[in-house]
Amino acid sequence: MRIADESGLKELKNSVLQERDSLRPCITICGGTGCHGYACEKVIAAVENEIERQNLKDKVSMRVTGCHGFCERGPIVVIYPEKVFYQRVAVDDVPEIISQTIINSKIIERLLYTDPNTGVKPVHEDDVPFYNRQKRIIFGNNGKIEPTNISDYIALDGYGALCKALFHMTPDQIIEEVNKSKLRGRGGAGFSTSKKWAITRASKKGMKFIICNCDEGDPGAYMDRSLMEGNPHLVLEGMIIGAYAIGAHEGYIYIRNEYPLAVRNVGIAIKQAEELGLLGKNILNSGFNFTITVHKAAGAFVCGEETALISSIEGKLDGPRPRPPFPAQKGLWGKPTNINNVETLANVPLIIERGADWYSKIGTEKSKGTKIFSLVGKVNNTGLVEVPMGMTLREVVFDIGGGIPKGKNFKAVQTGGPSGGCIPESLIDLPVDFERLTEVGSMMGSGGMIVMDENTCMVDVAKYFLGFLDDESCGKCVPCREGIEKMREILTNICKGEGEEGDIELLEEIALTVKETSLCGLGQTASNPVLTTIKYFRDEYEEHIRNKRCPAGVCLDLISYSIDAEKCNGCGACVRPCPTQAITGEKKKLHSLDQEKCIKCGACFETCKFDSIIIK
Amino acid sequence: MITLAVDNQEITVKEGTTLLKASEKLGIEIPTLCYHEGLLPYGACRLCVVEIFKEKENRMVAACSFPVEEGMKVVTSSDRVLKRRRMIVEFLLSRCPDVKTIKDLADRMGIKKPRFKSKNLDCILCGLCVRVCNEIAGIGAIGFVSRGKKLKVDTPFHMASDVCIGCGACSSVCPTDAIEMELDAVKRFLELLGSEHKCRYALMGLISYKVCSNNYECWKCKIDQRIRDALGTHPIFAAKKIKKEKVNQYFSFLKKIQE
Ligand SMILES: Cc1cc2nc3c(=O)[nH]c(=O)nc-3n(C[C@H](O)[C@H](O)[C@H](O)COP(=O)(O)O)c2cc1C
Ligand code: SF4
Ligand code: SF4
Ligand code: SF4
Ligand code: FES
Repeated sequence: MRIADESGLKELKNSVLQERDSLRPCITICGGTGCHGYACEKVIAAVENEIERQNLKDKVSMRVTGCHGFCERGPIVVIYPEKVFYQRVAVDDVPEIISQTIINSKIIERLLYTDPNTGVKPVHEDDVPFYNRQKRIIFGNNGKIEPTNISDYIALDGYGALCKALFHMTPDQIIEEVNKSKLRGRGGAGFSTSKKWAITRASKKGMKFIICNCDEGDPGAYMDRSLMEGNPHLVLEGMIIGAYAIGAHEGYIYIRNEYPLAVRNVGIAIKQAEELGLLGKNILNSGFNFTITVHKAAGAFVCGEETALISSIEGKLDGPRPRPPFPAQKGLWGKPTNINNVETLANVPLIIERGADWYSKIGTEKSKGTKIFSLVGKVNNTGLVEVPMGMTLREVVFDIGGGIPKGKNFKAVQTGGPSGGCIPESLIDLPVDFERLTEVGSMMGSGGMIVMDENTCMVDVAKYFLGFLDDESCGKCVPCREGIEKMREILTNICKGEGEEGDIELLEEIALTVKETSLCGLGQTASNPVLTTIKYFRDEYEEHIRNKRCPAGVCLDLISYSIDAEKCNGCGACVRPCPTQAITGEKKKLHSLDQEKCIKCGACFETCKFDSIIIK
Repeated sequence: MITLAVDNQEITVKEGTTLLKASEKLGIEIPTLCYHEGLLPYGACRLCVVEIFKEKENRMVAACSFPVEEGMKVVTSSDRVLKRRRMIVEFLLSRCPDVKTIKDLADRMGIKKPRFKSKNLDCILCGLCVRVCNEIAGIGAIGFVSRGKKLKVDTPFHMASDVCIGCGACSSVCPTDAIEMELDAVKRFLELLGSEHKCRYALMGLISYKVCSNNYECWKCKIDQRIRDALGTHPIFAAKKIKKEKVNQYFSFLKKIQE
C-alpha cells in the first residue's frame, strides 16, 4: 500500500492516531542490546502472558522499544501515559505491575529508581536525574517507538521532514538550511555537514552515492548502534533527505555484522519504507528515486575510516588511502560519495522539520545541537546520555552520571574513544564541544566517555589504549604501524618498573611523529592518550620511572600487598579468598601475608572490612 | 593552473600536480620510498612528508600524494620535517637493520643505531611489488595479507601462485631486494613451454606463458607494453640499481636447463 503524496502521509498518521487511545496505558519494555544482557526477553514474554491471562488485551497495550540509554538499570519498563519508571524489573514483578500499577494505579516502591546521592525515589521517567538533565531530541523517541513498526514512527510525525524537503524545498534550500543549523559530523572529525553535501552536489558527474557509516568499533561505544536498533526510520529519513539534497539515487548503510539486532531492524525498516513508497522508485510520487543497500561488514576498527570503508564496500581490502581526493570528490567506484555518521543523519529530519533557527539555539557558538555520549567507567549511572553541546564535564559526570561509586575521588575522564585524551580534574568545568575538547588535547570522536577514579593508573590507561590501537592499526603506513608499537613497548616497560630516564621525552617524540605524519585518522589521533597523560599526569610517569612506584596501586610489578599491624584485628576474613593461601594467622591475632606466595590478585583487599590490607 | 611556493620559490603548475612533482620541477629533492613514477600514489612510507601553510592551517602532508593548492606555501626541509623523517627512518632501520637502502638512508641522516629493538626483517611494506603486479602487470598474484604488525606480502593462502607469470616486475621495483624470484618456478614453466616459441620474456626465463595469445609477437603484448610504459624498460633492467648479476643469473640458469 503506497502513500500517494503528502496528504496521504497525514491521513495515515491520523488514522494511526485514531486507532490509538492516548490515555490507554501502554507498557513499554526496553528491548535494546543492553537490556537483553539482563534477559529482558523473559520480562517481555511475561508481560505478554500476563496481559493474556488477565484478559486485558483491550485495556492495555505493550510495546518493545529500543534502548532507553539507562542500560545499567535494565530491564527497564516505562508505563505510559504517566511514564512511570520501573527499573531492574524481573519476571516475578510482572503480575504485580499489571494488577497494581495498571489496574489500581498504584506505584510499586521497590521497582523505582533510588538516587544514590539523595535517596529520593522519583516515580516518573522525567524526574529521574539521569534523564532530567539530558536533552534527548535525537534519542528520546527510542523509548516511544517499536522499531519494527513504521506506524509508531509515523504517529510521531515521522517522514514529515521528508515531505517538507521533497515538496516544499529545493535541494539547495535543504543544504542552506543544514548550513544555517551549523550541523557538524558526529563521526569524529566534526566536519560541516552542509559543506560536504554542497561539494558532493556540485560535482557534475552522473552517479553519486550516499553512505551511512554504522561501523562504530570503539570499545564501549554503542550510540549509533542503539539508534539503528531503536529508531531506524529516523536514520533512513535523514539519509533520504541527504540523498535528495546531493542528488544521489543509491545509498549504502555500512553496518557491523556483529550488531544483529541493528542489522535486522534496519532491514525491516527499509522494507516497510519501500512498501509505503517512502523509499525506492518515485518516492511519494515526487519523481525522486532512491534505493538503499545494507552492507554487512566484518568489523575491523579501521574500516570505519571513510576511505577504508569505501574500499571495503568495493570488495577490496586496501585500507585507508591518501586524501585528497576526498570521497565527496572521488569515492565509491570513483564517483562522488557523501559519507555521514548515523547520528549526523539522525539530526537531519529534526533540522528540516523544526528549522535551523530552532536547532541552532541549542549548543555553543561553533558546535550546535546535542551529542550522545556513552558514559561508562567509574561512574554511578552508566549508559547513553544525550546532552546539549557545551554542557560541562562536571554536569555530565556528577549530575547525570551521579558521581563516582563508593565515594571515591574523580581522577580523569577520557573522551573520544580509544584515541581520545584524558582530561584531568582541574578541567572538569570544561564545556564539552568540538573545539574545547580538541584544545585540551582530546577529541569528540564518536562520543565515548570513560570516567576514571583515584584507583586508576594513568600510565596503565595509556598502555591499554595504545594496545588496542596497536592491534587495530592496519599497518599500511610506517609511523602508525611502527610508532604505536614502540610507544606500547615503552609504556609496558614503564609499567613493569623497567622505565628509564629519557623515556618520557622519547615517548613524546614518537607521539608527535605518529600524530603528524600518519596517513589516516587512526594514526593521527593515536598519540592522544600518551600525550595527554604525559601532559596532565607527568608526575605519575616519573614515579614509575624514578621510584619504581605505581601511585594508584595498579601496576602489578610495582606494588605489594601487606597487612597493617595496627588495624588488623585477626578476623580471618581474608584467609579464605586468597587463592594461594598467602595469608595465615590465628583467630583474633595479627595475620601475616607471605610476599612470595602473593600473586597480587587483590582478593584480600576487597574482603577486609577494616582497611588493614595495604597496597604499596 | 595553480601557483604555489615551495621553499620560497614560486612555481605555476597544472591542477592535480603533486607537491613532489612541483618540487622536482624546482630541482628540490624530497626523499621517497614507496613512490614510483608509473604507479598510483600510495602514501605509505611517509618519508616524503613536508610542511604546508595555508591561511591559518599548518600541517604535514605526504608530498607524493598531496595535490597542489592555490597560494599554498610548502616547506620541504624545516627542522620539524627533518626530525619527523629521521624518526621514520629510525623506525625502518629497527625493522630492517640489514637492508642496504635503509642503511644508506640512515647513514645520510646520521642515524647510527636505532633506539628500538631490531626486528631483522627484509620487507618495509612499501607495497610497490603488490601495486606493480596489480596495476602494471595486471596479474594480482601477490597482495597484502593480515593487518597491522602481522601485515606482509604474500600469495593467496601462502601457496605457490598459479597466476604469477614470472615477469619479475615485483622483484625489480622492490627497494629492499626482499623478493627473490624462485628459479624453480621459472624452470617449471620453461618445462611446460617446451617449444621453440619463446618470447623475449620467456627466453629470459621471466615469463610463464604456456601459450602466448599474441603469437609470440612481443610488440603486441599488453604486458610488454604496460611494463615498458610504466618502468621505461623491462623490469629486470628498470630497477634503480641495475641488477646485472640477477640477469646474468637468469641467463646462465636458462642455459643450464636448456642444455
Ligand atoms: C580509525 C577510524 C575509525 C572511524 N570509525 C568511524 C565509525 O565507526 N563511525 C563513523 O561514523 N565514523 C568513523 N570514522 C570517521 C569517518 O572516517 C568519517 O569521518 C565519518 O563517517 C564522516 O561522517 P560525519 O561527517 O557525519 O561525521 C572513523 C575514522 C577513523 C580514522
Ligand atoms: S595511520 Fe594506521 S590505520 Fe591509518 S593507514 Fe596508517 S597504518 Fe593504517
Ligand atoms: S613476478 Fe610479476 S606476476 Fe609474479 S608476483 Fe611479481 S609482479 Fe606479479
Ligand atoms: S617486498 Fe619489497 S616492494 Fe614489496 S612491499 Fe616489501 S619492500 Fe616493498
Ligand atoms: S613516498 Fe610519499 S609516502 Fe612514501
